[in-house]
Amino acid sequence: MAFSIQLARTAARDAVPFARRLLGAAAEGIESAWQRTVGQEIEDRIAFLPGVRDAGADAFGLDLEWSKYALSVVWMLHRKYFRTEVHGIENVPSGRVLLIANHSGQLPIDGAMIGAAMFFDAREPRIVRSMVEKWVQTLPFFAVLFTRMGQVVGVPENARRLLENGEAILVFPEGSRGISKPFTQRYQLTEFGLGFLRLALETNTPIVPIAVVGAEEQYINLANLTGVAKALGMPTFPVVPQFVIPGLQMPLPTKYRVYFGEPLRFDGDPDDDDAVIEEKVWVVKQTIQSMLNRGLKERRGIFF
Amino acid sequence: MTEETAARSLRPGSTEPAVVVTGVCGKLGKRVVRTLHRERRVAGVDRRPFPDRPKDVEHFPIDLRRKKTRDVFRLVNAAAVVHLGVMHDPRMSSETHHEWNVVGFQKLLEYVATFRVPKLIVLSSANVYGPRPDNPQFLSEESPLLGGASFSEIRDLIEVDMLAQSFFWKHPETETVILRPVHILGTVRNAPSNFLRLPVVPTLLGFDPMVQVIHEDDVVQAIQKALKPGVRGIFNVAGPQPVPLSRVLSILDRQRLPLPHPLFKAAIDRMFKMRLTSFPAPELDHIKYVCMVDDHRAREQMGYEPAYGVEDTVRAVDAERWA
Repeated sequence: MAFSIQLARTAARDAVPFARRLLGAAAEGIESAWQRTVGQEIEDRIAFLPGVRDAGADAFGLDLEWSKYALSVVWMLHRKYFRTEVHGIENVPSGRVLLIANHSGQLPIDGAMIGAAMFFDAREPRIVRSMVEKWVQTLPFFAVLFTRMGQVVGVPENARRLLENGEAILVFPEGSRGISKPFTQRYQLTEFGLGFLRLALETNTPIVPIAVVGAEEQYINLANLTGVAKALGMPTFPVVPQFVIPGLQMPLPTKYRVYFGEPLRFDGDPDDDDAVIEEKVWVVKQTIQSMLNRGLKERRGIFF
Repeated sequence: MTEETAARSLRPGSTEPAVVVTGVCGKLGKRVVRTLHRERRVAGVDRRPFPDRPKDVEHFPIDLRRKKTRDVFRLVNAAAVVHLGVMHDPRMSSETHHEWNVVGFQKLLEYVATFRVPKLIVLSSANVYGPRPDNPQFLSEESPLLGGASFSEIRDLIEVDMLAQSFFWKHPETETVILRPVHILGTVRNAPSNFLRLPVVPTLLGFDPMVQVIHEDDVVQAIQKALKPGVRGIFNVAGPQPVPLSRVLSILDRQRLPLPHPLFKAAIDRMFKMRLTSFPAPELDHIKYVCMVDDHRAREQMGYEPAYGVEDTVRAVDAERWA
């Protein structure tokens, strides 16, 4: 008995430094492997952004130094897993801009891929600040991850402030209605919110319509259970068989195609009646729908 | 005893206008008095003793709720009232809290109106907005005061803030200023400073919100600036640039104990009941969600500018420990 206690004590005393050394070695190995593969590209891209480096977190919590490793996961998904094809990224004007896209795929990977295109594929990298459902802020880890990577809570005050700073803002006007579409309604845009257009009018910001093709097939959603969602305090509760089949949690490796359209500019009173604003929103929505239709016609396979 | 002390600390016949400061024996009150008394006559109201008070400061050891407070205004020609006397002790019953904070403040407002005091400064807090997942990153002075939704103890403060607001409209002859500073750090004994003084600081696993902190002396500066004639209205007061909570803890080099939210909440609830901690569980939202303010109005209209950077502000919580 006494011997076993002694043994446990020794083990406990020696195990901790040993584990620490092991962890240290592992971290070093990962660091150098990372540096050899994606690290250099990410570092180069960050170097493009003046004032971001070494500044710590900005007022909204963006910290690229912190998110370097998360960025490499995005890079992997973007380049290797979904092999994203990016079209027309030169259409994005410099300075403040509203990126408006269709939302799909159950998990907001489409947002990450648009962000990746702007960061890795644009001639000059830009950080996309997307307007995120406030529910994310209540999720441990995701709250920090999203914030450090530059995503902000989707309220008009935040968007206004960022646009005044000349940032690129990504809005999915369909919101959670769009992302959790069942498979039968894929690539059919749902109702658009009006807030983004009022914001564009108010701040005189160009709107770049974006169509994302390929995200709808990554998870097959059979139906949405609104009752369950309400009970759990979630925006939606999709029934996705993949989520419960072991080993299939990863999204299917569809091929992503992201189309950036030409900027749209609108004039008018931001406080106009909904009916007036709706007409303008309709123009944006139709533009995205036709970009989607064209993209779907052009693609020959879902996975290639 | 009260009458005697009050009488002794008076300079009879002096009609020089004075600044009346309530809650003067708190850590912040003392700092306010020490800064102000160099330039103007200061009278302090607080029922607690004030042993190390500067010689030229009058102290009225009176309970705000008592009729005697009226005598202060009779004896002193008040040029301004600075109300710091908001009690925030989670251990006290809510009745005592309410009576002290709200009823006492109502009495004070009565005197300010009757004696036509030209300036009233009320120290509220940015906590009245409340930390919430759907908060904009920077709240303006017009944002709704939702702090009481999950945390009832803040309701008194919200009520005080609202009373001051309606006083602002009802009595335009008094310049009413409501200051809403962010987390005040320093030698003060408030929840954020006490929290950061813990030897091991518990944090919420997976949460690291951006926070704003302000040095106690910058609050004093804001009060000083608010005393200038012509300044009136509601002002958010923030300190240096916002930082993640984790940065605050690394400045202090504190050991952290990240706990999952349900576990943390249960532990705090239990400990609070057993009187092992004075942090009520709903205050956990402050280390979970953002509650930050936009203070450009204070910078533009009052000329307020924080003098302390983030590091000095945060380190100030340890000032007395090593002194």
